[in-house]
Amino acid sequence: MHLSPSEIRHTRDLALRVREHIIRMSTNGGCFIGASLSCVEILCVLYQHIVDSEAIRTKREDRDVVLLSKGHDVPALYGLFAELGFLDASRLQNHLKANDNIYWHPNRAIPGVEFHSGSLGHLISVGMGIAYDMQMREQHSRVFVILGDGELNEGSIWEACLVAASRGIRNLYLVVDRNHFQANIQTEELNPLEPLDAKFKAFGLKTFACSGHDVDKLYTEFRRMLQSPGPSVLVADTTRGKGLPSIEARADRWFCNFSTDEVDDLLLELHGQHSASLHSPALHVR
Amino acid sequence: MANILPLFTVPHCTCANMNPYETLLSQLLNNDDRTIIMTAENRAAIRHLSTTIGQRFIDVGICEQSMIGMAAGLALRGRIPIVHALSAFLCMRAFEFIRTDVGIANLPVKLVGGVAGILSEANGPTHQALEDVSIMSGIPHVGVFCPADEEDMLIGLPSILSSPQPFYIRYTNAPRSIKHSREFSIGQAETFGEHGDVSIITYGPLLRQAFLAAELLNARGLSVSIVNVRCLKPIDEETLLIAAQRATVVVTLEDHFQRGGLYSILCELLVRHGAQATVLPIAFDERWFQPAMMDDVLKHEKMDGFAIAQRIEDFIETYRQPESWQIHYS
Repeated sequence: MHLSPSEIRHTRDLALRVREHIIRMSTNGGCFIGASLSCVEILCVLYQHIVDSEAIRTKREDRDVVLLSKGHDVPALYGLFAELGFLDASRLQNHLKANDNIYWHPNRAIPGVEFHSGSLGHLISVGMGIAYDMQMREQHSRVFVILGDGELNEGSIWEACLVAASRGIRNLYLVVDRNHFQANIQTEELNPLEPLDAKFKAFGLKTFACSGHDVDKLYTEFRRMLQSPGPSVLVADTTRGKGLPSIEARADRWFCNFSTDEVDDLLLELHGQHSASLHSPALHVR
Repeated sequence: MANILPLFTVPHCTCANMNPYETLLSQLLNNDDRTIIMTAENRAAIRHLSTTIGQRFIDVGICEQSMIGMAAGLALRGRIPIVHALSAFLCMRAFEFIRTDVGIANLPVKLVGGVAGILSEANGPTHQALEDVSIMSGIPHVGVFCPADEEDMLIGLPSILSSPQPFYIRYTNAPRSIKHSREFSIGQAETFGEHGDVSIITYGPLLRQAFLAAELLNARGLSVSIVNVRCLKPIDEETLLIAAQRATVVVTLEDHFQRGGLYSILCELLVRHGAQATVLPIAFDERWFQPAMMDDVLKHEKMDGFAIAQRIEDFIETYRQPESWQIHYS
């Protein structure tokens, strides 16, 4: 249950290109760059090696369904969709423009998006409905819900976990992008989540954990999780802003609106050629 | 989930003890594979279905938000979930889920609210859904159906449940207050009598009281028409405007907060059409009602037939005194 060296290389290359898209979307209005960068490998491994992305693109009835509950990560999703051919990469240049629907949260006008999100704590329950219907149709497809760790503050998350466990939603798999931040504060400084594994277990979910940036470990843990029925959760340990040392794990680099020069600098930094010099003010909500 | 039913295996659901609402749902379940019955641990109206329809009955427990999200997911896959909870918790605890998951996506989820308005009787203000019409009708795409009694509800439900849009339904099992028109179309009211001195426009359980009030007013020489609006959204604008133009006094009678309900809808309608009418609102103005059993609530809140007639007479008396309605400029 490992990726081959060429698959690992290919997936890492894909992740690098997705990060380039994210960085390019962090100007002219900006985006939630930190959280987008933290979930890149999770999405790349999931769409490239776990689900049949072609079935998603063509909306095949028995496809697996992926829901991005932490909707503000949408630059990562759209960057990946562009790479997978779901939409033309040139369309990403319409980011935040009124002539398209590439805005700060996902919506179904974009090919590949199964359901809109943005309001946190919604998509486990929506995913349960989809998963329940799959069971009724005797399909073997699965629902994956990508959650943020800050999102776990929402009571509806835990309510839905109770229902998923009690109703036996066995084809429901959750993935937490555990980047340890929510907006401008570390999760453990506000409403501490740890011991997170024990919390999910207590709510009746099977739990799995791994690095959220090591593509092979992610693949192996996904496969391990999928060997038994859910509901299950994979907590993927990540770094907010991953790939850009100048913003990695920094509380103030959450939502960023960089100048075009800074974007050029960050692209160089992503490729290890340069250390970016950032002047744009940070956005604080606290 | 031990027994998984394939999509097109429809369990035959019948039970001798079913109430008329359950019987109607059973027919729908038998005829339409897409129908799913859901509840947030509120089985009063659908108790007999829980044992007869297998997987198509989902009780999520006291988790209104999860129920709505799950219903949206099911509807996204082509199902028609009919969800049940007490109105106060369905509309308010789960409001943002209804607005965000059902409303934005315009999914055909049917929201059945129990003990809305004065039907919550002695439960107290926590259970009083007196803003349900206001907040549900405020969501784009969501329709609102408020039948007067069980017969009225059963006449309207086939259209409401087969509509492609989401709908909020004020559930009632009250005995019929009047023989209703069997003709039902969404957004069409039923009118009783010719418009003359007074037109009482109402919905829900107060229709019965409107007829009692009309009898008393008739005995005192006043002609009274009654409009049962049935749907608050879409509302029968034409019927309301005709009532407002032809009757001398229009009364909006509702077990809802005055702001955001029928009175507000009528006022907005009149302004939009540049029409004028003399309107007496009978509703709960910036307050909850005194919890008690139904008859006591009606008497205490001056919403029984006798009190309604008296309030209308008092209003007409005041209205007839020119000094009381002339605008004074100081």
